[in-house]
Amino acid sequence: MAAPLLEVRDLRVTFTTPRGTVRAVDSVGFTVESGRTLGIVGESGSGKSVTSLAVMGLHRGAVEVGGSVALAGQELTGLTERELGKVRGRRMAMIFQDPLSSLHPYYTVGEQIAEHFRVHFRSGRAAARRRAVDMLGEVGIPEPARRAGEYPHQFSGGMRQRAMIAMALACEPELLIADEPTTALDVTVQAQILELIARLQQERGLGVVMITHDLGVVARVAHEVLVMYGGRAVEQAPVDALFADPAHPYTRGLLDSLPRLDTADDEPLPFIPGSPPSLLLPAPGCAFAPRCPRAAERCTGERPEPAAYGDGTGRTVACHFAGVRAVEEAAR
Amino acid sequence: MIVYLARRLLALAGVLLAIAAVTFLIFYVLPADPAAAACGKTCSAERLADVRVHLGLDQPLWRQFADFLTGIFTGRTLGTGQYAVTCDFPCLGYSYESSLPVWDLLMDRLPVSASLALGAAVLWLILGLGAGVTAALRKDTATDKALMVGAVAAASLPVYFTSVMLIHGVIRIAGLLPYPTYQAFTDNPLGWASNLLLPWTALALLYAAMYARQSRGSMIEAMAEPYIRTARAKGMPERTVVVKHGLRSGMTPILTIFGIDLGGLLAGAVITESIFGLPGIGRLFYGALVNSDQPVVLGVTLLAAFFIVVANLVVDLLYAVIDPRVRY
Amino acid sequence: MTETTLLSVRDLTMTFPGRRSATGRRGAPVRAVDGVSFDLAAGQTLGLVGESGCGKSTTGRMLVRLLEPTSGRVAFEGRDISRLSQGALRPLRRHLQMVFQDPHSSLNPRQTVARIISEPLLVQGWSAGDARRRAAELMELVGLIPEHIDRYPHEFSGGQAQRIGIARSLATSPRLIVADEPVSALDVSVQAQIVNLMERLRAELGLAYVFIAHDLSVVKRVSDRVAVMYLGRIVEIGDKASLYENPQHPYTRALLSAVPLPDPAAERRRERIVLLGDPPSPAAPPPGCTFHPRCPKAQEICRTERPLLRLAASREVACHFPGD
Repeated sequence: MAAPLLEVRDLRVTFTTPRGTVRAVDSVGFTVESGRTLGIVGESGSGKSVTSLAVMGLHRGAVEVGGSVALAGQELTGLTERELGKVRGRRMAMIFQDPLSSLHPYYTVGEQIAEHFRVHFRSGRAAARRRAVDMLGEVGIPEPARRAGEYPHQFSGGMRQRAMIAMALACEPELLIADEPTTALDVTVQAQILELIARLQQERGLGVVMITHDLGVVARVAHEVLVMYGGRAVEQAPVDALFADPAHPYTRGLLDSLPRLDTADDEPLPFIPGSPPSLLLPAPGCAFAPRCPRAAERCTGERPEPAAYGDGTGRTVACHFAGVRAVEEAAR
Repeated sequence: MIVYLARRLLALAGVLLAIAAVTFLIFYVLPADPAAAACGKTCSAERLADVRVHLGLDQPLWRQFADFLTGIFTGRTLGTGQYAVTCDFPCLGYSYESSLPVWDLLMDRLPVSASLALGAAVLWLILGLGAGVTAALRKDTATDKALMVGAVAAASLPVYFTSVMLIHGVIRIAGLLPYPTYQAFTDNPLGWASNLLLPWTALALLYAAMYARQSRGSMIEAMAEPYIRTARAKGMPERTVVVKHGLRSGMTPILTIFGIDLGGLLAGAVITESIFGLPGIGRLFYGALVNSDQPVVLGVTLLAAFFIVVANLVVDLLYAVIDPRVRY
Repeated sequence: MTETTLLSVRDLTMTFPGRRSATGRRGAPVRAVDGVSFDLAAGQTLGLVGESGCGKSTTGRMLVRLLEPTSGRVAFEGRDISRLSQGALRPLRRHLQMVFQDPHSSLNPRQTVARIISEPLLVQGWSAGDARRRAAELMELVGLIPEHIDRYPHEFSGGQAQRIGIARSLATSPRLIVADEPVSALDVSVQAQIVNLMERLRAELGLAYVFIAHDLSVVKRVSDRVAVMYLGRIVEIGDKASLYENPQHPYTRALLSAVPLPDPAAERRRERIVLLGDPPSPAAPPPGCTFHPRCPKAQEICRTERPLLRLAASREVACHFPGD
């Protein structure tokens, strides 16, 4: 069997801060296949963005990244910065939450799309410039030749994110990591961008990692879902299985607590008490235990590891009681 | 753009006018009598009265000021009858001390001060930005800490101390260079440089230290911008990331202080010029101040203000070139 | 309407002078809010939704007179407050309070919770002791631990800080609270807590809310009536149930269809109306119906004639071709 497009195993990211070390991501693993989308959901501090930056090798400073990241079988951890530079932007690309600050204010949009094309393909200026204009056209920017000569501040929010996508895909990468790409956008523009990513994915067979806090976005675009909490993977499942029957108490609590367009709202919203955990003072047991309705003594002392859920979907859940619940329901 | 430039030039004229007025007023209220200064020590009361008339000191203050301003643009005639002297455009009056036109005095000394300022500026930019950017890229390492400790030390040394140490060490003890005597660049470029080397160093050290701290800060800020992460995510080589994406935004704030610093120094560095015996505007100013030589003090003040205001304008215009978001 | 009208807004308009450029030249004036009218009954919640730049926050600020409207009137219990002087406004202030989006930046970091919550009471002339006792009661009411009264804002999480903001707004027993994106800065798992708290407080204290948000799901949850704004104008306003089930304005329809549902099967079945482009700048609004450049049903008349709010399917819609 061929290696998956992206395989992450036992990823650990540790920051050294003046107030102590923070294990922002702990033993996270997942795979992404070509043409498929993995949605990574989580709240602030869940480690979802830290994970994506670690995959791209973009952490700088007092950070330690452990574990394995393999792109189409090629191990990326341990590569030198120069070797990694040949992969970044060329075979895997990334777009970010705020397109305005993610684009350099001093260079034209066309130049920013063209510059790494020149580096990766050793092409001339003219060819790279043509490529930039083509890419802008492909992401649906009208008059691409003229707009390529404009600066990011002359673009609207949605146009800027389109330009970011054009930039990310200029070198025909196989993997696109999108870190909250629509969070800063209005909902009607968000719909356009999600549609655009889906179209480009289909045309190019891209593997996509979609990082978001919005369960609606995940339901719309993802094939597989990874739910993160407190730096750990708490549940991982195909999208339909996850939404139809969330197995981890956190996933369930999150889904239940969403105000929704498609349900009545006569009853008070169920809610998760408390707030997301501080990574500075990690609890020895399950990170969700202090907020969990099912928490027992075991949960505060012993950390649950992701284990097969056994519903035939390949789902894994990190909860001491997830399996038990499955058994209970089978008996009923 | 043209409207903007016109507006700025108008503002520039306004600022200069205000500075001239304030300087004028300060001298007017000072107890020292300019006529006595101009007349010299062995001056009879009669002669003093003549001088007063000759200098226009018998006129009301606003009239004196108006005459002064007219002189700058059209030249003027001082005194009447047999004592009349034509002061050509641009007339800043005559020095009481030497009786030479202030404009000529300034222009004589400008090359010295400009040489000192420009040479030192090149030196402090290289040293300061080099140290600052290096420290920023190696943030929190031993290199960074060493550079910043060095910068604090250099910044806390007064110019006269550094100058004296340099003179003592390099000239007296090591005997590497002769004691500086200014030589014009056009006469002897090598002599010009070797004689200015020490004053450049003395002046540049202080500025380099300040620039190192400033540029470290703004470079760290620039390198933390999300667009730097984007450039890395595109696989740009780190050197390109730093030079093309980081430096250009990191150095923009430096431009502002550089404009003001250089503008200020062009009109003379009093201490450095005095210690190294350079016949620059700074020394001219010091001498004039001591002798209440009002026309010279006024002239130097105006020239200094002019340089600073113009430097500011140039900086603002450069911003529009560097940052496409700025449009005039 | 049988209930007493608490707030009556007529033709509310806000025109900001154009921004000065670097040269000092002024741009065109921006009409951020353009002729907004609605009524709000005591104890009810009006949801105000729209995308960035639609004028919903500016409207909210005019309702509590943080901004003085350019024209139009805001009648609170029948009295026009839009032109009152600050002095004349002071006795009314206690009835009109505001809750802001970012809980931490809207609380003074150097003040204790006691001080923050009792501030509006001290302004109203309460004694320090009474104000402190009241602050402790309010903390309990909003689900905070009264013993934490002497702590500072940074010692609280985002959700708790928003509770402090709510407690402060409740201090003077207001009748109307304008909440500007009160949950959008909070984590998803915390949003429901604050939504529930606000609903409970409304029931217990008989509050009326103007609930401003971009999140249509949250607005649906909390509102009795909903107004949809686009480029400074209300394009549709009506009862929540009918507006969400049967939107009449093409913009409302597009907005609702753009919201992703947390249900993958439904997402695949859904027919989406994807609008073109971004919302235009309020500094240069299109002529006629301001929505026409993005509207899938735009006709010639939409380009030239501005549609006014009028009755359609039991609510008011500003569209030449409402419905399907």
